[in-house]
Amino acid sequence: MDPYFEFLCRMGDNTLILGHRVSEWCGHAPVIEEDIALANTALDLIGQTQMWLGLAAEVEGKGRTADDLAMLRDAWDFRSALLVEQPNGDFGQTLMRQFLFDAWHLEMLKGLTQSCEPRVAEIAAKAVKEVQYHVERSSETVIGLGDGTEVSHDKMQAALNLLWPFAGELCTPDAVDDAMHAKGIAPDLTTIRTAYDTHIESVMAEATLTIPDSRFAHKGGKSGFQHSEHLGHILTQMQWLQRAYPGATW
Amino acid sequence: MSNEWPLWEIFIRGQHGMSHRHVGSLHAADEAGAIKNARDVYTRRNEGVSIWVVEARNITASSPSEKGPMYEPSESKVYRHPTFFDIPDDVGAM
Repeated sequence: MDPYFEFLCRMGDNTLILGHRVSEWCGHAPVIEEDIALANTALDLIGQTQMWLGLAAEVEGKGRTADDLAMLRDAWDFRSALLVEQPNGDFGQTLMRQFLFDAWHLEMLKGLTQSCEPRVAEIAAKAVKEVQYHVERSSETVIGLGDGTEVSHDKMQAALNLLWPFAGELCTPDAVDDAMHAKGIAPDLTTIRTAYDTHIESVMAEATLTIPDSRFAHKGGKSGFQHSEHLGHILTQMQWLQRAYPGATW
Repeated sequence: MSNEWPLWEIFIRGQHGMSHRHVGSLHAADEAGAIKNARDVYTRRNEGVSIWVVEARNITASSPSEKGPMYEPSESKVYRHPTFFDIPDDVGAM
């Protein structure tokens, strides 16, 4: 697979799968204001997906569209990180997952605004404004619930313990990331990791939460080698209409 | 103790030069949260350039039962309306 195409799929698949996950809250959030805010976030992410996968489809040059990539690929072709396919759990767990992703997403997009590929830089410039707001909201919620009641603190600590091993994959470079960095298309993930760690540490300190003392990171999402079983379930729900009624439009 | 967040009244300025207008109310844990919620609830279709939030309990309101002495005396005083002046178009929004 062309590393540039694969890189664009990673960006678009992350936002697609997380966008779908967040959209599962629609109508179910604990208060209506959070419900609307989560739906807005999901829509931002799906909008970004259209741009990333649209560019990926062009780069691939096989006549596929963003919709084809989103709705007609199977799990092994998805390049999203393991973090974004993790189940919503409770509201705190969803917001913890969101913050762990947003903090990475923000640094990544900031780096991508400097990309030597103008199309990539343009998409990043548009997306980074949305993501600045996402991270503001998710970090404030993590702090509010972490430094809240004993119950909310314990739930947030449990969420962090559960999700922390899935966060490292985003910042761990592999051959695709190295190729993109060498070409000047994407930033160096080790630099992203430094900024990411600083951001996570300051928010968790304010949230009175303890970051697990381990750098162990599950792998296999962004390489497509081994997604968790959750991705297949998401795709079943997300893709069934196009699979059952090919070409159906609305 | 109530387990609802406090109620906030939301004011949005639609464009520069206009005044903030009351658009509705929502719940939030604190003022920063109220601004964020207002952003998500009331400006998602590009409605605003500025948001004010005020906790509803800080607003003192007139009482509906006093509407007689409060408002009716002005009903018969048409001469108080400045409708006898021509306002030049250049003045813009007043």
